[in-house]
Amino acid sequence: MSKLMKIVKTPIILENPIVFQVLGICSALAVTSKLETSIVMALAVTFVLTFSNLTISLIRKHIPGSIRIIVEMTIIASLVIIADQIIKAFAYNISRQLSVYVGLIITNCILMGRAEAFALHNPPLDSLLDGLGNGLGYSLVLLIVGFFRELIGSGELLGMQVLPVNTEGGWYYPNGLFLLPASAFFLIGILIWVLRALWPKPGQED
Amino acid sequence: MLEHYLSLFIKSVFIENMALAFFLGMCTFLAVSKKVETAVGLGIAVVVVQTITMPVNNLLYRYVLREGALSWIGLPGVDLSFLGLICYIGVIAAMVQILEMALDKFVPKLYYALGIFLPLITVNCAILGGSLLMVERNYNFPESIVFGFGSGTGFALAIIALAGIREKMKYSNVPKGLRGLGITFITAGLMAIAFMLFSGIRL
Repeated sequence: MSKLMKIVKTPIILENPIVFQVLGICSALAVTSKLETSIVMALAVTFVLTFSNLTISLIRKHIPGSIRIIVEMTIIASLVIIADQIIKAFAYNISRQLSVYVGLIITNCILMGRAEAFALHNPPLDSLLDGLGNGLGYSLVLLIVGFFRELIGSGELLGMQVLPVNTEGGWYYPNGLFLLPASAFFLIGILIWVLRALWPKPGQED
Repeated sequence: MLEHYLSLFIKSVFIENMALAFFLGMCTFLAVSKKVETAVGLGIAVVVVQTITMPVNNLLYRYVLREGALSWIGLPGVDLSFLGLICYIGVIAAMVQILEMALDKFVPKLYYALGIFLPLITVNCAILGGSLLMVERNYNFPESIVFGFGSGTGFALAIIALAGIREKMKYSNVPKGLRGLGITFITAGLMAIAFMLFSGIRL
């Protein structure tokens, strides 16, 4: 039991896919200007990652080595299409804002990375939990970045006014820089700095 | 007419730079930018693959996938656009594979120079993202060629520039936890701000 807990917990912080494994950065930068889109994106990636790991692990003994990448791509693409259709059906406005980035979950390196590194060599339950853990680790970074960008950039959280902005007689002057995608680079850079300073690892300096 | 294509090219290279304005292909952008030499190799590979796959995906979308596209074989009511993602990634993977075999046969020198980068390009989001943007904006066939070439060039430009900066940065004294990935992120952020200068330009 504790072993299974460990599979879920390790990737959340100690082996965080974005901070320590450097996987899946594109979407982390592009969709985090609002907390709402970050949450939807985090849910979609966690869903796809969990089930792609499970599926690949279930058929791992039947996949020929030479065509495994195509097989993995097909499984991942099918799951992404399901997630894309669900988001379009139930949250159409958010799907407009996310634009092409839901489709780009296919090329998110976390999915291929975990499939290659874990799901191909481990039993289904372990793989499912590894997918869940990595999905949560990715979600954590996305939510932190989305939280700060929306709060500092427009004084809102989930579309509700938290800090009274100056245009409506409040004291808070929104910092427009944080609405620009470039700020995500700085926030993730600082996050990496903090986490790597707290949990240093050998070989991370190159 | 020519002016239209020229401005589309300039727009896709500078104003809508794949890496620094849309944040596509970030994994490769950050991972393969340690040396200028490898960055140039990857840049060329991206330009080639992007210029080939974009028009192919354009044809696929116009004549097979979009609503009513199959009317030329007598199926006007069919809408296959939900299969888009899986088809585009299939085309990209197949194109990369064909390109790899062709290079191996005819230009082995370039094949060895590109090495591992060619297969890696299949999972580069800049390629798939380019195709998805092309579909979203409904570009026609010649426009898709220009957009493919332009966005590939933009990505190559950005990754070579970042590699140049990172090579110089070896001589600077960066705080310990920030070394490596952290400082690369911040550098890329500053570059993105610099590229935002272009965003006011109307063509």
